[in-house]
Amino acid sequence: MYQYDHYDQAMVDTRVEEFRDQTRRRIEGTLAEENFRPLRLQNGLYLQLHAYMLRVAVPYGTLSSRQMRMLGDIADKYDRGYGHFTTRQNIQYNWIKLEDAPDILADLASVEMHAIQTSGNCIRNISSDQYAGAAADEIVDPRPYAELLRQWSSFHPEFLHLPRKFKIAVIASDTDRAAMKLHDIGIQLVRNDKGEIGAAFYVGGGMGRTPMIAPLINPFVPIDQLITYSEACLRVYNRYGRRDNKYKARIKILVHELGKDEYTRQVEAEFAHLLSQGLEPPLAELERIKAHFVDPPFEEGLPDDLDLGDPDFALWVKSNTVAHRRPGYVVANVSLKPVGGIPGDASADQIRLMADLARDYSFDELRVTHAQNIVFPHVRKADLYTLWQKLDAADLATANLDSIGDIIACPGLDYCSLANARSIPVAQKISERFAARDRLETLGELKLKISGCINACGHHHAGHIGILGVDRKGVENYQLLLGGCEGADTSLGQITGPGFSEDGIVDAVEKATDVYLAQRQDGERFLDTYRRVGMAPFKEALYG
Amino acid sequence: MKILTGNDLRTGAVIWWDGSGWSLHVEDAVDVGEHAAEILAREEAARHVNASYAVDAQMTAEGVRPAHIKERIRALGPTVRPDLTLKPADPSALNWVI
Amino acid sequence: MVEAQYRFRDDEPVADPAVTVDSFGEQSNAAAVRLEPGDDARDLLPYLDRLRLVEVNFPSFGDGRGYSSARILREAGYEGELRAVGAVFVDQLSHLRRCGFDSFAPEVALDPVDAENAFNRWPDVYQATTDGRTPIWARRHPGGNRG
Ligand code: SF4
Repeated sequence: MYQYDHYDQAMVDTRVEEFRDQTRRRIEGTLAEENFRPLRLQNGLYLQLHAYMLRVAVPYGTLSSRQMRMLGDIADKYDRGYGHFTTRQNIQYNWIKLEDAPDILADLASVEMHAIQTSGNCIRNISSDQYAGAAADEIVDPRPYAELLRQWSSFHPEFLHLPRKFKIAVIASDTDRAAMKLHDIGIQLVRNDKGEIGAAFYVGGGMGRTPMIAPLINPFVPIDQLITYSEACLRVYNRYGRRDNKYKARIKILVHELGKDEYTRQVEAEFAHLLSQGLEPPLAELERIKAHFVDPPFEEGLPDDLDLGDPDFALWVKSNTVAHRRPGYVVANVSLKPVGGIPGDASADQIRLMADLARDYSFDELRVTHAQNIVFPHVRKADLYTLWQKLDAADLATANLDSIGDIIACPGLDYCSLANARSIPVAQKISERFAARDRLETLGELKLKISGCINACGHHHAGHIGILGVDRKGVENYQLLLGGCEGADTSLGQITGPGFSEDGIVDAVEKATDVYLAQRQDGERFLDTYRRVGMAPFKEALYG
Repeated sequence: MKILTGNDLRTGAVIWWDGSGWSLHVEDAVDVGEHAAEILAREEAARHVNASYAVDAQMTAEGVRPAHIKERIRALGPTVRPDLTLKPADPSALNWVI
Repeated sequence: MVEAQYRFRDDEPVADPAVTVDSFGEQSNAAAVRLEPGDDARDLLPYLDRLRLVEVNFPSFGDGRGYSSARILREAGYEGELRAVGAVFVDQLSHLRRCGFDSFAPEVALDPVDAENAFNRWPDVYQATTDGRTPIWARRHPGGNRG
């Protein structure tokens, strides 16, 4: 894992003092809310429905157990004993006091964490593949590149007042587990014919009001020009992105309106100019960062088999673990989606328990996934049963990864001031409706995603089944979408037709799954069947 | 009726204008009639409240009831965590929201 | 011309009023120009040798186009005065300075203590710009190893 040197530490410490000073000026009255607002947002502090909300960055989703423990302690000390893991691999606290916020940032800084640029019209926390460093199919570990970009984008003086927020994802395998093409910039690390590493740039993707899949604008940026090329992409956006209409201000609109070719031309021209400006850190810097991401001391010659005698354990292994690239090890997922629970929420005690378990069974490392779950990336198969038992005792061993029970849901109208409708109760009802184990198994992989408004924090466009909450004359109403998908074959879900009430949407989801079960051919997932048969039979069942 | 709400600047708590100050309880909210803008400007300037605005509400048998569900959720707390609402012991409180 | 509250230069300030980019090209003797956010700073590049003052207007706190305009001028070698005017607040000063501004004319005068703190806030910086500060990555690898 990356560890701060004294420079990095000084940067976060300085940031804490800067925010302490800004908060003081706001409370004393010399800094108006109008100007304080963008500053607090760039420190992750929102004003939400019930209180201030603090979003803490988990850069590229990687945490040490010490950091995880601090997240649990903060939940107890400054909040109400829990936190919410988000689709951007971050954690949010819902009940924060403004006057405490600088102290929280100081506590975070003491474990090399921060909330820098987790909101606001700036480059946000860089996300990545949750299995980075453990996945069998990656060409390199993408995290050093994400860390290089993190440092470049932190306090970048030119890009702190962009037209709109800006999200970057970095991956390094063909299987895209980070919804890379639905980001403002998606970077895929690739190897060319000569075996050199470079970066494929996909620019102008996004969800929200006008979902778009990012087009490829450059298939191979040499790795020693990564920062310079990123700077060129951002400068063109900062200068020409729309500022007249908040809903048209994301880079996807600029790329769409200019056309991919014209945007690319402008970026290449800016890039040619910037190459002479000495912006690029030397490769030695990348090597320095890479040295932090060397493998943990894996043991050789471990047995590669598991005793699956306990049927509950066997089920969990089947649904919640993923192959590791080293024999004798496995990647274990903790589902934060217990039946009837709040997706992504974990209590302070659960957070600290996961910290302890990571220390004992996963080389001190955890990941946060964009599906709002937690990963132990490197577990010895020999330890897996013990780990599972300890998780199970804390209600953390729900066996439902990637099933209809593993619902992604944004906070919705229970917490979010932008919401049109509540998301969480819908998720709870659906997970209860489908809780029976054989139902989950029969349905197989089925990604269901719920957003409480068009901002799409719950990624509803990318769900095999998506649900969007809307406000119909003051009453909560829910639209159903089918056929969305993230990954290499990214597609956007289509709305089925008129919306449903809260109970109606649960029935509608069930009807859609019934159509799938009736129509599916051998081995087809819900998405495959939908792609083959199209919307018509689903419409017929829903509205016919 | 028109009532006023916002968040306490320092704590972020949801608060309602009770005629002389700010209360945590929507029951205390008073009709401000035509005076919303003037009261809010004064209270924001004094930094008693942040992000304040006026909302529509009705006076019902159970007391003041904001017209929109969003304001009722603000007034009570998250519907999915009754233990964290202002009325954790009152199961009927959720019906009031929805 | 707008009076600067802070000026990090030793030369005499230009006394002429800053003209718009449109009229600048025609007035062959003008030495001061004012850039609005929608103006293309690159339109000024042919005239850098006669330019002594560029005012960059910030109509609002959140409009960040002026930061790019400033860097573009400095990257092209402009050495005259670069003045931030308009909605310029304490918490932007260090970033504006990094982008090449060397004078500041805020609409509302800044508190001197707060401004002083802001100018001196960051002991180090992560990025290379034309402000002459050594980025952290270069401090970590003295000798400028270009890999
Ligand atoms: S999708 Fe809408 S309701 Fe949900 S968290 Fe985002 S802004 Fe809030």
